Amino acid sequence: MAALGPVRLLRAAASSSRRWLFCASPITGAWPGCSSAAAAVRAARPFSLSARAVLSSEDKITVHFINRDGDKLTAKGKPGDSLLDVVVNNNLDIDGFGACEGTLACSTCHLIFEDHIFEKLDAITDEEMDMLDLAYGLTETSRLGCQICLKKSMDNMTVRVPEAVADVRQSVDMSKNS
Amino acid sequence: MLGWGQHLTSPLSFPPLGFRRWLCSAAAAPRVCVVGSGPAGFYTAQHILKHHGGAQVDIYEKLPVPFGLVRFGVAPDHPEVKNVINTFTQTARSGRCSYYGNVTVGRDAMVAELQQAYHAVVLSYGAEDNRVLGIPGENLSGVYSARAFVGWYNGLPENRDLNPDLSCETALILGHGNVALDIARILLSPLQLLRKTDITDGSLAALACSKVKHVWLVGRRGPLQVAFTIKELREMINLPGARPVLSPADFTGLEDAVKDAPRPRKRLTELMIKTALEKPVETACPREWGLKFQRSPQEVLPTADGRQARGIRMALTRLEGSGDSAKAVPTGDMEELECGLVVSSIGYRSLPLDPAVPFDTQRGVIPNSSGRVKGVPGLYCSGWVKRGPTGVIITTMNDSFDTAQSVLEDLQGGVLDVSTSREGFGAMESILRSRGVRPVSFSDWEKIDAAEVARGKAAGKPREKIVDLQEMLRIIGH
Repeated sequence: MAALGPVRLLRAAASSSRRWLFCASPITGAWPGCSSAAAAVRAARPFSLSARAVLSSEDKITVHFINRDGDKLTAKGKPGDSLLDVVVNNNLDIDGFGACEGTLACSTCHLIFEDHIFEKLDAITDEEMDMLDLAYGLTETSRLGCQICLKKSMDNMTVRVPEAVADVRQSVDMSKNS
Repeated sequence: MLGWGQHLTSPLSFPPLGFRRWLCSAAAAPRVCVVGSGPAGFYTAQHILKHHGGAQVDIYEKLPVPFGLVRFGVAPDHPEVKNVINTFTQTARSGRCSYYGNVTVGRDAMVAELQQAYHAVVLSYGAEDNRVLGIPGENLSGVYSARAFVGWYNGLPENRDLNPDLSCETALILGHGNVALDIARILLSPLQLLRKTDITDGSLAALACSKVKHVWLVGRRGPLQVAFTIKELREMINLPGARPVLSPADFTGLEDAVKDAPRPRKRLTELMIKTALEKPVETACPREWGLKFQRSPQEVLPTADGRQARGIRMALTRLEGSGDSAKAVPTGDMEELECGLVVSSIGYRSLPLDPAVPFDTQRGVIPNSSGRVKGVPGLYCSGWVKRGPTGVIITTMNDSFDTAQSVLEDLQGGVLDVSTSREGFGAMESILRSRGVRPVSFSDWEKIDAAEVARGKAAGKPREKIVDLQEMLRIIGH
């Protein structure tokens, strides 16, 4: 399963960009994601800098990202941070990452995991699966970075940013009207 | 609803490679013009600025206000999708990007003039028209295009007075795409949900008086050809106070048919099957909606006075072929359905902009190769006008990055002659002034934005959109 049909790779793997954070919508309420503890951390973020400062470096979890151009980006996050947090907080240069800011409304934070890490990830929700259905380069170990929260056991894991697709007509075409 | 990220890195931050290349090339700063400020325009601009540290990008927009379909297309109850505005705002605030709203390219400024003023021109003006049914009765009162209906509840100035007739109990939406589902959801959502969105005050008042209780979404083909995506379907199924009505007979044998289908089609079909087979919960549901398949509209039937829609006649169809390429062929049988509201949601359509730009009227796109307009060096396109009016935000993002990459390659490879400098907006300013056109800047927009947010605050909404063009211009002292 999980093959999304023939895809052509983006001609030039480009790297760039930003992205900001979770911004829970009062309308849609809470979406599944990191634990409630993480949500609390998120809610308190503007005031949590001093608390974060006291975390010693041993408490941090190292994550390696293989970017589209093959470059390895290494960053640290603390337990409970989502992988989108890690990308944003460390200004990792991944083009178009996290366009909807972690609200499960796009699939731009799609990441591919190592088998042994993927197997231990928290169960995936229908809503995350729904957005992954629209992701480019979907694999059997794909998840959305905004839904994956760091745990100690993930220290030194490597995640891969999927290639973007240039020819969108070759992706699954579910957008034509009937 | 701005994220905390406003103070974080700009989407354009730190372009070391592009900048170095630019320094080495020792050429004039490339001036790039983007026509249209929707997601295609902004993503194209963002990518060029990010990867070329010397480029100056000017974005022209027909309306005073930016963001195109993110503002006027994305449903009001989908604020998460609108978060992309935060990134676009960062781009527009960049020192190397300027926004010129209230300028209609093709009328106030011609493409040939932009080509003189800029090294490269990118057309990202989207699809402002819609496909028409081409059936008798299409122009009766009570029949609307989805484009106009969406424009109405989203505050698009040209549709502010649509005033759709919601006095009937049954509405019929022609089309099985996400826009059709958006409209069904807006028609059936509990008011208290809509009230907290940026839906316009006028449309909220009209929906408050709506008598619409049944909404049917009709498609010419079958369940395997629906164009909507699973997130929107699930949202509709879970809509409070509205019951899905799917006929199990429509799904017979489909479980096997999608066993080996690509995952999105498989999961989408399985969700429809599950919903169709589920025993209806025995709670009173004031409203209901459903999918009708293999019906092709033949005529909108008029009331006795011949002015208003009272129903629709549809030809039943059978499918020839399978999958996306299946064709609906009339069986000869007809069916009539009573409905006072008909919304045709069969697709948007791009229009040619200017005689200087080639246009494929058949496909409704500008003929191009990776965004390079065929036969016109220095002219590019991105978004819906490049590939047709389909896809979600990530589709447009990738597609716009692809076009931006073509521009960057042509700057790098000398295809675009940057040895002579171009004046950019400096050249356009006098042309526009001579025609009595006053562009709206991004900081002007931010004043309109602030006014909208302030008005919304009183009503507990993220914003109250200003739907009158003159009022927008008054706020900024034009």
